[in-house]
Amino acid sequence: MRPILMKGHERPLTFLKYNRDGDLLFSCAKDHTPTVWFADNGERLGTYRGHNGAVWTCDVSRDSMRLITGSADQTVKLWNVQKGTQLYTFNFGSPARSVEFAIGDKLAVITTDPFMELTSAIHVKRIAGDSTEQTEESVLVIKGPQGRINRAVWGPLNRTIISAGEDAVIRIWDFETGKLLKESDKESGHKKTITSLTKAADGSHFLSGSLDKSAKLWDTRTLTLIKTYSTERPVNAVAMSPLLDHVVLGGGQDASAVTTTDHRAGKFEAKFYDKILQEEIGGVKGHFGPINALAFNPDGKSCSSGGEDGYVRLHHFDPDYFNIKI
Amino acid sequence: MYGVVHFTTGSLNMPIDKSDPNPNQSKASKFRWGELEEDDNLDFLLPPKEVIGTDENGIKKVIEYKFNDEGNKVKITTTTRVRKLAKARLNRRAVERRNWEKFGDAVHEDVGSRLTMVSTEEIILERPRAPGMKAEEIKVPGDSLAQLSKGGAVLMVCRTCGKKGDHWTSKCPYKDLAAPVETFVDKPVASEASVAASGSGKGAYVPPSMRAGAERTAGSDMRRRNDENSVRVTNLSEDTREPDLLELFRPFGAVTRVYVAMDQKTGTSRGFGFVNFVNREDAQRAINKLNGYGYDNLILRVEWATPRAN
Repeated sequence: MRPILMKGHERPLTFLKYNRDGDLLFSCAKDHTPTVWFADNGERLGTYRGHNGAVWTCDVSRDSMRLITGSADQTVKLWNVQKGTQLYTFNFGSPARSVEFAIGDKLAVITTDPFMELTSAIHVKRIAGDSTEQTEESVLVIKGPQGRINRAVWGPLNRTIISAGEDAVIRIWDFETGKLLKESDKESGHKKTITSLTKAADGSHFLSGSLDKSAKLWDTRTLTLIKTYSTERPVNAVAMSPLLDHVVLGGGQDASAVTTTDHRAGKFEAKFYDKILQEEIGGVKGHFGPINALAFNPDGKSCSSGGEDGYVRLHHFDPDYFNIKI
Repeated sequence: MYGVVHFTTGSLNMPIDKSDPNPNQSKASKFRWGELEEDDNLDFLLPPKEVIGTDENGIKKVIEYKFNDEGNKVKITTTTRVRKLAKARLNRRAVERRNWEKFGDAVHEDVGSRLTMVSTEEIILERPRAPGMKAEEIKVPGDSLAQLSKGGAVLMVCRTCGKKGDHWTSKCPYKDLAAPVETFVDKPVASEASVAASGSGKGAYVPPSMRAGAERTAGSDMRRRNDENSVRVTNLSEDTREPDLLELFRPFGAVTRVYVAMDQKTGTSRGFGFVNFVNREDAQRAINKLNGYGYDNLILRVEWATPRAN
């Protein structure tokens, strides 16, 4: 296949997200402007100007009208997707690391980093249908985990929040009460910082990727470990195909190891694994730096990866991708 | 003096002698380089942009004119191939979104912007190979490359032992193995050695890794093992040469090297030679079969090159 290369960002990519219909791709990077692209040909539609720091995360509402982005400038902003205008700004005391709309787009979960005296926290904000009525107030604030919380996502039916971060423990919190319901097991869980989480299309299981060079598949309701996928590189990003039973892991070397290993250009790859057999299917090379973000189009026929090199690579799969057998 | 790329319309400094009167030309005549300011927008002097639409191969050409950094007029022809991507079935809203206006930094997008490009390389989902196979595959090109990199050295033959590769005759470490040759004939060896010495004197610089006695890895180990599988053939007829021996011993297995001792003065065989097999078993079989074999009117004697008890 011929990937489409999009170089709209000057700095490393941090996050990629497709909208529900699969025709728009939102990319966030350490330069301060999230960008939206057309997902079929990679043409840039626009950029959202306004942040003053690296944009770590974003999410788009189901009707693709609203975009929420979290940034290192300690704000989370709501944008009009079509016009690129800012609708609202939430202010926090520390950089925002992860945002996600709830099902129904009436709530959003936001995680903030530990900063000075503040510990890391998970905030839930109500999102008003009409942005003029938007208020700053939090519905719920959860404090507790040590270290940075890299990702927090909603559980099924918005009843729970799943969080994972630097302490390598996955936690499930009850949304109504804010109480901790479950924690992942220390022995079978990750050993190092969890960098990314992604949910299955139906929400019954989710995948976590960690710097301990593995990714693990968990059941959402019981938090039991289902599968483990191991690689040779620390995993920065994970994605699950909504169509086939494939799992994609992207990562890179630790920065310290870079100069000591051979440095052929374009050799950082996204690895495809069979979800059930845990075996590697193959790899797609091409990035010039570690892969920081991966996303699958909801129709499962294309995927995109964003790297430390500032490039977004959009792959439309060949027909034989769908016929791969182990 | 200015260089112009794809010079198309008239130059700046020429007087107006055009057949077609053009209102812009009057401005050109009064133009002085000395009055040129950095910010002057000279776009009025440029011909307009042309777009040659998509033809049946999907090729679209856009011809623009610009001033480059040195103030020279340049013509930029951008040829793009419009490819039809896989049909995406978009729902109604997606189709509406396709027609949204660009905003933010994308407002000034033009065709020449290089943000979105199709990769020139074909990237495939590389299937992982079984570890055994992969190692082999990598080794083979590595070996041939290593051979090639030695270049001339590979083609060099050590005259003392007739071995290809990595050492020069005067310091041949395999002298001990070639001892039988020496004991049989002294003079040719001496003459060979002197010839060889001068030869190596003229020879190219041999890096330390390739000199005599240098520590080598699998390659030389393999060669030494070959020498353990060395078979001496005696009572050869005068006309026997290397290719004959090779032809005779090949049926028993892979042969790495054949050598027939030659009399330099007469150019005939001295009656003996050596054959190196890859496998010891093949060498043993050759000994068993060919010892006492009649070849060119003489009975061959075939035995291990140096007495080797298992």
